[in-house]
Amino acid sequence: MPDTKSMIKDHVLDRPNSYIGRSVPRPNAKRLLAGRGTFTDDVKLPRLTHVAFLRSTYAHAEIVSIDVSEAKESEGVVAVVTGPEMAEVCSPWVGVLTHLEGLKSAPQHALAVKKASWQGEPVVAVVANTRAQAEDAIELIDIEWKELPVVADMETALDPETPLIHPELGDNLAWQRDLDAGDVDTAFANADHVIEETYISNRHTGVCLETRGIVADYNPGEDQLTIYHSTQAPHMMQSLFAKHLNIEEHKVRVICKDVGGSYGIKVHSYPDEYATVALAYMLKRPVKFIADRLESFTSDIHARDHRVKTKVAVSNEGEIQAFEIDDLTGIGPYSVYPRTSGIEANQVVNLTGGQYTNPNYRARAQVVLQNKSPMCQYRAVGHPILTLITEGMVDDAARKIGMDPLEIRRKNLVPDDAYPTTAPSGLPFENLSHHASLYKLVEMMDYDGLRKDQAEAREQGIYRGIGLATFIEVTNPGPAFYGVGGAPISAQDGATMRLDAKGNVIVEIGVTEQGQGAEAVVAQCAATALGVSMDKIKVIAGDTDITPYGGGTWGSRAAGIGGEAAVQAGKALRQNIVEVAGIMLQCDPSTLDIRENNVVDLADGNERMALAEVGRVCYYRPDTLPKDYQSELVVTRHYVPKQFPFAFTNGVQGCYLEVDTNTGFITFKKYVVVEDCGTVINPLLVDEQVRGGVIQGLGGALYEECLYSDEGQFLNGTMADYLVPMAAEMPDVEVGHVESPTLDSELGAKGAGEAGTGGAPAVVMNALNDALEPLGGKVTIQPFTPERILQAIGKI
Amino acid sequence: MTNEIEQIPVALTVNGEKVSKLIEPRLSLVDFLRNELELTGSHIGCEHGVCGACTVRVNGEIVRGCLMLAVQANGGEVETIEGASDSGKIDDLQKAFHERNALQCGFCTPGMLMTTTELLATNPDPSREEIREYLSGNYCRCTGYEAIVDAIETVAQERKGA
Ligand code: FES
Ligand code: FES
Repeated sequence: MPDTKSMIKDHVLDRPNSYIGRSVPRPNAKRLLAGRGTFTDDVKLPRLTHVAFLRSTYAHAEIVSIDVSEAKESEGVVAVVTGPEMAEVCSPWVGVLTHLEGLKSAPQHALAVKKASWQGEPVVAVVANTRAQAEDAIELIDIEWKELPVVADMETALDPETPLIHPELGDNLAWQRDLDAGDVDTAFANADHVIEETYISNRHTGVCLETRGIVADYNPGEDQLTIYHSTQAPHMMQSLFAKHLNIEEHKVRVICKDVGGSYGIKVHSYPDEYATVALAYMLKRPVKFIADRLESFTSDIHARDHRVKTKVAVSNEGEIQAFEIDDLTGIGPYSVYPRTSGIEANQVVNLTGGQYTNPNYRARAQVVLQNKSPMCQYRAVGHPILTLITEGMVDDAARKIGMDPLEIRRKNLVPDDAYPTTAPSGLPFENLSHHASLYKLVEMMDYDGLRKDQAEAREQGIYRGIGLATFIEVTNPGPAFYGVGGAPISAQDGATMRLDAKGNVIVEIGVTEQGQGAEAVVAQCAATALGVSMDKIKVIAGDTDITPYGGGTWGSRAAGIGGEAAVQAGKALRQNIVEVAGIMLQCDPSTLDIRENNVVDLADGNERMALAEVGRVCYYRPDTLPKDYQSELVVTRHYVPKQFPFAFTNGVQGCYLEVDTNTGFITFKKYVVVEDCGTVINPLLVDEQVRGGVIQGLGGALYEECLYSDEGQFLNGTMADYLVPMAAEMPDVEVGHVESPTLDSELGAKGAGEAGTGGAPAVVMNALNDALEPLGGKVTIQPFTPERILQAIGKI
Repeated sequence: MTNEIEQIPVALTVNGEKVSKLIEPRLSLVDFLRNELELTGSHIGCEHGVCGACTVRVNGEIVRGCLMLAVQANGGEVETIEGASDSGKIDDLQKAFHERNALQCGFCTPGMLMTTTELLATNPDPSREEIREYLSGNYCRCTGYEAIVDAIETVAQERKGA
């Protein structure tokens, strides 16, 4: 593999006093520690009103009539707005993208018109002086409903006798994708062993501790909408609000201050958020919407409801010869706008088995409509499912032929020196390190030692299991993800850097901060490339009026894409500065550099002048510079990956756990992750992304499940009933790295935010099944609750 | 039905300052702090006592601001993250959280810090298990808790050495 360092002059990874690779704490975290953050609900504006929504209590019902007369008279009420009235201001949308060919969905409104299609769909908006007054008035609204048959079960959604959710679509099938690579039939026909299984991942959701929220204000004097939004993608939201309110885009400003967790939940557009913006526009005054927790559970997107039938062929020697999967997923009544609800299934089809050499692969994904909360992309999109089934199948094969799970992986993983290569689905992989990562993991977890311990424990009737799960992860998405399908989502991001008169630097960046540390890594990259200390840098993000147009933070793109933009901006600003410094110092700029806030001689680092002096002269005394020369102390540079559609990363998780066969409870004894996210900009932050990601993945693996009745009623919509990981139950996670930088950027950084989540369910399932094997037990249904574990071993 | 709700007077000390207000009896303490006093460092994550984001101190005890009515704090002393932070007495905790990256989005953080002050006051030398157990009423969706446990452990050790 060539490395970019030998190809690029003045390479950023060769800079003196580099911050890249250093565990720098996040400068912007201090205000949060002092309770001085600004989350959306902390925003107060003059004449602020509050909106509450009457939401459908039925999963599927026709709206016969709505009487809001009493509500309108209620204390403090400013306005009561129904679906048809809202539709006059805010146009409906359809969540499809052209590159997911055949994907269909129905027009969706900010407030339900004619009928509601899931329990929790907003139907009437009440705006009042306080939220409590708005809620009081909701009690006074009279709606006559006519219940419609509910499509709850995705397994029967396509049956001819099942009613249609949107009759105009012709069926309940939103999308289907089929893929057939290699010669699957021959491989299965000739295989020594074929193992079939069904794996189920149940529906869960993100549970951001800060619920969704938005404050919108409209000033008719300027024809200006200003929106404070807890979002991951300000420019996307700007574009969507402008489109559906029919306002010019530059008249809409989206400001994203602190975001209290997002994980993909806040990268979508939501009906109640359009409604809030439209209400501000209609009322010409600020309106605030903050979801309460129940609203969150029923109106945030859900994810990962998949039933996958799998089939794997393996030889007696342990060669995997074919994978076949049949994925069924229920996405709720609408495909979510604008990213669509087809991407999760698409990832499953694209990447299942992608880390293995086997070329014979057949996949079918069916994406069906149902009357439950809409499903869409949540952290690690599709990867928890595809890793679960891939690594489940590999363990199925190993178990069948009595081979150790480590051995079968070593035998079948694509060799590290085979890259670049292509997955059976056709996706190109630039450079992955499955073997190096696995090697490192085995060392870190002491695999052989654990096997010994496991055997000894078993003799005493203690059931322990080791799980392994290798994975691939999509990061740094280019336009292939959304832009090519027609979504208004910027694939590129920019950084604007400005040297001020005192030698300080402002960096405006299109990626956003939701706690990952995006601003910190951008500051590290900018400081390193320019040659200043980090305390000289201030990063501004999350304001569509100020920052370069960009995609925001999702898809593990902030560090890899935003960081590279900052690197290029920093290098360009350095060029401009040494150019003017060369004039002042009457020397060749190519003999100058910037280090530690000073212009220095490139050769020996001798200080020539402070950056503050450069700033002073350029801004206050440009008369001392030649008349034909204009200094430029502001630069903007953009970056988008061009060589590869995505920067795939890889890694492996390993865990060792003990199952209490009387209670079904599990205890983690060891949890190790080895991750290859290319160049590590900030080890502290990367490791915490991995750890946080793992724990979130363990939530889905062990506890989290959106439970519904047959009538489509959400049964556990409180935090007391919907369990998330708590401190006492969660393991410490050891994190190791292999670094295979992407050559698509100078920095070489790939994303790291989702890998932990993607691999966690698989590794837990494999460890559990390793532990339960002597008891003849096997779990295949996530979450792997104590009840399901006890069922698997026949105890209940 | 009329929605006019009678307001009642409360007087209490918040972060050392005397405040008096007319409020609705149904107003929770955390809504009172956030909306009436603009002390927005206390957060609302669940509204029914599960997540710990609203944790504040009332008359020396850690409470959930969403489970207590503001009128119940009448005549009492309330301390929020803003007061604790400005007083300087949690400097070491804040520093350890910062250096260990024991926060990501920071939404749970004020509640975590307030709970931690109580933990270290009652158990100055907690084991990791005890720290984890004690934090079980404070949810964090971002960090996975390990960094928080590390930061608290560090402070406990530093305070012991001091
Ligand atoms: S908001 Fe009070 S405990 Fe969650
Ligand atoms: S840091 Fe985000 S919830 Fe704890």
